[in-house]
Amino acid sequence: MTTEPKNNPPLGRVIVITSGKGGVGKTTSAAAISAGLAKQGFRTVVIDFDVGLRNLDMIMGCERRVVFDFINVIQGDAKLKQALIKDKRLDTLSILPTSQTRDKDALTKEGVEQILKELKAEFDYIVCDSPAGIERGAQMAMYFADEAVVVTNPEVSSVRDSDRVLGLLSSQTKRAETSGAEPIKAQVLLTRYDQARVDIGEMMTVDDVLEILAVPLLGVIPESKAILRASNVGTPVVLDGPSAAAQAYEDAVSRLTGSDVEMRIVGERRPGLFQRLFGRAS
Amino acid sequence: MNLFSFVRKQRPPQSAQTAKDRLQILLAHERSGGGAGKADYLPMLQRDIVAAIRKYVPIEEKDVDVRMERGEQMSSLEINIELPQAASPKAG
Ligand SMILES: Nc1ncnc2c1ncn2[C@@H]1O[C@H](COP(=O)(O)OP(=O)(O)OP(=O)(O)O)[C@@H](O)[C@H]1O
Ligand SMILES: [Mg+2]
Repeated sequence: MTTEPKNNPPLGRVIVITSGKGGVGKTTSAAAISAGLAKQGFRTVVIDFDVGLRNLDMIMGCERRVVFDFINVIQGDAKLKQALIKDKRLDTLSILPTSQTRDKDALTKEGVEQILKELKAEFDYIVCDSPAGIERGAQMAMYFADEAVVVTNPEVSSVRDSDRVLGLLSSQTKRAETSGAEPIKAQVLLTRYDQARVDIGEMMTVDDVLEILAVPLLGVIPESKAILRASNVGTPVVLDGPSAAAQAYEDAVSRLTGSDVEMRIVGERRPGLFQRLFGRAS
Repeated sequence: MNLFSFVRKQRPPQSAQTAKDRLQILLAHERSGGGAGKADYLPMLQRDIVAAIRKYVPIEEKDVDVRMERGEQMSSLEINIELPQAASPKAG
């Protein structure tokens, strides 16, 4: 199913991965989605907007190769091309790391706009990993977006914050401020979903969450052990061998690129002999 | 020693060791760099390289590409300089 858009003019679509609440899986999702897009042949770059708390580099496994960062480019200390790190596994994938030290004010709207403009001329997808919160970093990550993936856990504070962020997406962004522009296409990515807990009424269902947020669903990512393994070794989960989470991310990526993939909720694994004999342990 | 440590020994959790190794290498560099997490001399080094080469060949700042790979024992610095098509020394 590999498409080869490599010689076509770049699509130049900016996708923000955002959530409001911290620790819900934005960076995990940004890594998996960008690798998934690149795997399908799309020229893809993933940008870390979490100034001061660089982490995307570790999740992508390129932390030893960071020379220049996003802020170096904004401040003119390095050219964009020099700051981009080419992924060693997929030649269609690049990473733009964030600064570990510089202060957040260095992230100017003009600077971000200029960088995105240059990237749009070369890449099909520009995936922006937003920091948590709704402060400057998060605002900058979403401001120029064409699409938004709102990462949400089936849990009250996460859903509440997602609702808040959906409000910001439809009011505090370039598309919202430009009259006549199409609004940002926002979709929910439900992550850390645990079917077993849903089944016994301990966790809200997909429908519960969608009923509250009232935006389309991009996908459902199960709670999965494969995620920790992938982050341990610095490999986006879709490149780290087959797993339920990888499958779910691949499906979500296909939906992002316009394929009509049936929504399925993949479980972590079948219960092993031990569990069948002694009942569910976790 | 309990049952669980026995089970663990049978199948070592290798990815956890990888995580620890990666962190140790990264944090050693970050701490020694005053928390900067990268060599801050690189932009200056790059500027100096461009200036030195420009004495002989007309190149642009963007023609110089500095790459680094940090390792446990040593780090390597890779500098690629793209010379213009008809690059010929000014003198000689
Ligand atoms: N589907 C999942 N199954 C199990 N663990 C997960 C899943 N998704 C994310 N995690 C874990 O949740 C933690 C937070 O993930 P991640 O760093 O991606 O969140 P984040 O939203 O980027 O956080 P922050 O707001 O701090 O930037 C990590 O330890 C990650 O391994
Ligand atoms: Mg993050």
